[in-house]
Amino acid sequence: MTRLASAFSKGRPALVTFITGGDPTPDATPAILDALVAGGADVIELGLPFTDPMADGPAIQAANIRALEAGTKTADIFRIAAEFRARHPETPLVLMGYANPMITRGAEWFAGECVKAGVDGIICVDIPNEEDAEIGPALREAGIAFIRLATPTTDKARLPAVLENSSGFLYYVSVAGITGKQQAAVDTIAQAVAHLKAGTDLPIAVGFGVRTPEQAAAFAAHADGVVVGSALVDLVAQHGANAAEPVRALTQALAEAVHKAREPA
Amino acid sequence: MNQTMPNSFRHFPDDRGHFGQFGGRYVAETLMPLILDLEREYKAAKADPAFHAEFDDLLEHYVGRPSPLYFAPRLTEELGGAQVWFKRDELNHTGAHKINNCIGQILLAIRMGKKRIIAETGAGQHGVATATVCARFGLPCTIFMGATDVARQAPNVFRMKLLGATVVPVTAGAGTLKDAMNEALRDWVANVHDTFYIIGTAAGPHPYPELVRDFQSVIGREAREQIQKRTGRLPDLLVAAIGGGSNAIGLFHPFLDDTSVKMLGVEAAGYGLDKEHAASLAGGRPGILHGNKTYLLQDEDGQITEGHSISAGLDYPGIGPEHAFLRDIGRVDYTSVTDEEAMDGFQLLCRTEGIIPALEPAHAIAAVKKVAPTMGKDQIIVANLCGRGDKDIFTVADRLGVEL
Ligand SMILES: Cc1ncc(COP(=O)(O)O)c(C=O)c1O
Repeated sequence: MTRLASAFSKGRPALVTFITGGDPTPDATPAILDALVAGGADVIELGLPFTDPMADGPAIQAANIRALEAGTKTADIFRIAAEFRARHPETPLVLMGYANPMITRGAEWFAGECVKAGVDGIICVDIPNEEDAEIGPALREAGIAFIRLATPTTDKARLPAVLENSSGFLYYVSVAGITGKQQAAVDTIAQAVAHLKAGTDLPIAVGFGVRTPEQAAAFAAHADGVVVGSALVDLVAQHGANAAEPVRALTQALAEAVHKAREPA
Repeated sequence: MNQTMPNSFRHFPDDRGHFGQFGGRYVAETLMPLILDLEREYKAAKADPAFHAEFDDLLEHYVGRPSPLYFAPRLTEELGGAQVWFKRDELNHTGAHKINNCIGQILLAIRMGKKRIIAETGAGQHGVATATVCARFGLPCTIFMGATDVARQAPNVFRMKLLGATVVPVTAGAGTLKDAMNEALRDWVANVHDTFYIIGTAAGPHPYPELVRDFQSVIGREAREQIQKRTGRLPDLLVAAIGGGSNAIGLFHPFLDDTSVKMLGVEAAGYGLDKEHAASLAGGRPGILHGNKTYLLQDEDGQITEGHSISAGLDYPGIGPEHAFLRDIGRVDYTSVTDEEAMDGFQLLCRTEGIIPALEPAHAIAAVKKVAPTMGKDQIIVANLCGRGDKDIFTVADRLGVEL
C-alpha cells in the first residue's frame, strides 16, 4: 500500500495539513514539518512557493512572498522534502503549488526530483484535466500521485473530467473562492462528498476555510479527511522562526478533533 | 520561415485553445466549467447574425468606427523612406482600441445573463473602456489596478470613478498589471455564479485570446479595406506595440495570409534589454501564467520577474499566446524599443503630425522611425495608433523634467 493509501486507511478521518515551504525561511521549515507530524497530521502538503499565487487569499499569498524573499529555491524545497523523508519514513508528503515552477525545467525533471526526494504526490492549482498532458504523463510514469481538485462548480457533467487521471486522493475545495476566506456550510459538505463518492473510490479530503478543531470535526464527520492550511500559515506569520510549538499545539487539537469525528466505517 | 508553416495562419487556435504549443486553459478547477460555458456561448454568438449586428451597430454609432486610415506626410518626409500611414484607433470613444473588445465582451456577458463585471487594467485604458460599457449597459463594475499604476495613471482612475466603477488598488508585487490580473482572477473564482471577467488583452485562458482577437480584428479588416481603396494595394509592413498583444493581433490577423505583408510587433525594452524591461519574447521563455502558456519573463525556477516600462499598458511580463506562436513559426517579426526611444517617438509624432499618441503606440512610432528609412519611398507602412496621449501627459512631463 502507498503511504497515501495507508494514511487514509486508519479507520478514521485523516488530518491533512498545509504549510508553505521556505516560510519564513528554508531553515525554519524542517522544524515546522516535524511539529505537524508530532501533532498528529496524517498527510502533509508542502507549498512550493510561487510569485503569483492566483488562487490564494492574503495569508498564503504573504507566506509565498516571505518564502521567496528569504531566497527559497525549488532546490531548497526538494532538499527539505528529502530530509523530511529520511526523518519520517511513514508520513506522506505532497507538494502543492502552481504549474510554472513545476514545468519550467520539464515535467520529467520535476517528477524525477519528486521520486528522489520521496514525495508522494502533487497538487497543481492551475492544471485542470484538459491540460493533463503538461505534467500528468510524467507523474504517472514516475509513480507520483496527481491529486486533483473538485469544487462546488464540479457538477455531474464535469465530474468525470476531474476524476480522469486523478490519483492519491481527491481534494474537495468546499467553497468557490480563494484560500483562507469563508467557510462552507456543513450540510453542503455531506451532499458534495456523496456526489463525489458516487464517481470514485478515492479518499476525499475537504478543505478551504477550515480553521478550528470544531470546524474540522464537523467536516470530518462527512469526509475521509480534512485539510487545514491558512490557520497554520497564520501561526507561522505570527511566530516566525518560533512557529514550531504553536503549530504543533494547533495540529494536535485539530488531529484529536478530526480523528474522533466519526465512528470507524 | 520553415517547413512546418501551416496553409493558413488564420485558423488558430485548435479546439482545445492551443496555438501550437501555446495558449490552453491553465485555470483553477473552479473556473473550468465557466470557461467551457464561455466557449460554448462565444461559438453560438459567433454564428448569430443578431450578435454581429449589435456589435457592428455599437462600433459605428457609439465607438465611432470605422476609424480613419491617415497618411502622415511630414513624418514620412522626415524619415525619408517608406510612406507612413496610421490606423487612427486613438480617435475611438474613450481614446484607445480597448473599447472594441469591451463592446464584444459586454454583449457576451449579457447573453450569458451575468450581473456583474470585473476587469484588470494597467494604463487604465481598458479599465476606462470597461467602466464605459458597464455604464452604457447598466451593470456594476469593479476594476482591479496595481497601486503603482493607480499613482501613475491618476486621470484614468478618476475617469473610471466618474463612470461609476469601483477601483480596487492592488498592492501585491510591484503593483502593476500582473498583480491586477491575479486579483481579478481571485475575485472571479469567488464570484463565478454571477460575474463576467472582461479580460483586456489577447491573453488568459482559452477562449479569451481568440475572442479578444476577433473583436479587435475590426482594426485590421478596416485597415485592409481602406489601404486598398486609397492606394490600390496592400501595405508592405504593419507595425504595432505589444503589451499583451491585442491591438497588434487586431491589426495583424486579417493580413496573416497575405504573404507579401510583413509584420512587426514592438515590445517594451524599458531601461534596456540587459536591464529591467517588459519584452517577454526578447527576454523570456515559455511558461504558464494567468491561464495560458506563453513567453514569460521568469527566473530559472519559473518565478515570474517584474517587468518595467515607462508605459503602464506594456508593463506586463507575458504576451498573448498567438504572438508566441507567430513568432516561433516566423510569420511575424518582433523587436523592442526602450523608454527613451518611445519618448522620442512620442515627441516626433506631436511635432510632425499634430497628434499626441499614448506611450504604448509611441513604441510603435519609435520602431517606424528606425525601419522606415531602410525601406523604399514606394513602400507602405501601416502602424497602429492604438491610443491617445492625454492619460500620459503627467508621465511625459515628469520625464522631460517639466512641472505641471
Ligand atoms: C493605448 C494602449 N495601447 C496598447 C496597450 C497594450 O495592450 P495590447 O498589447 O493588448 O494592445 C494598452 C494597454 O493598456 C493601451 O492602453
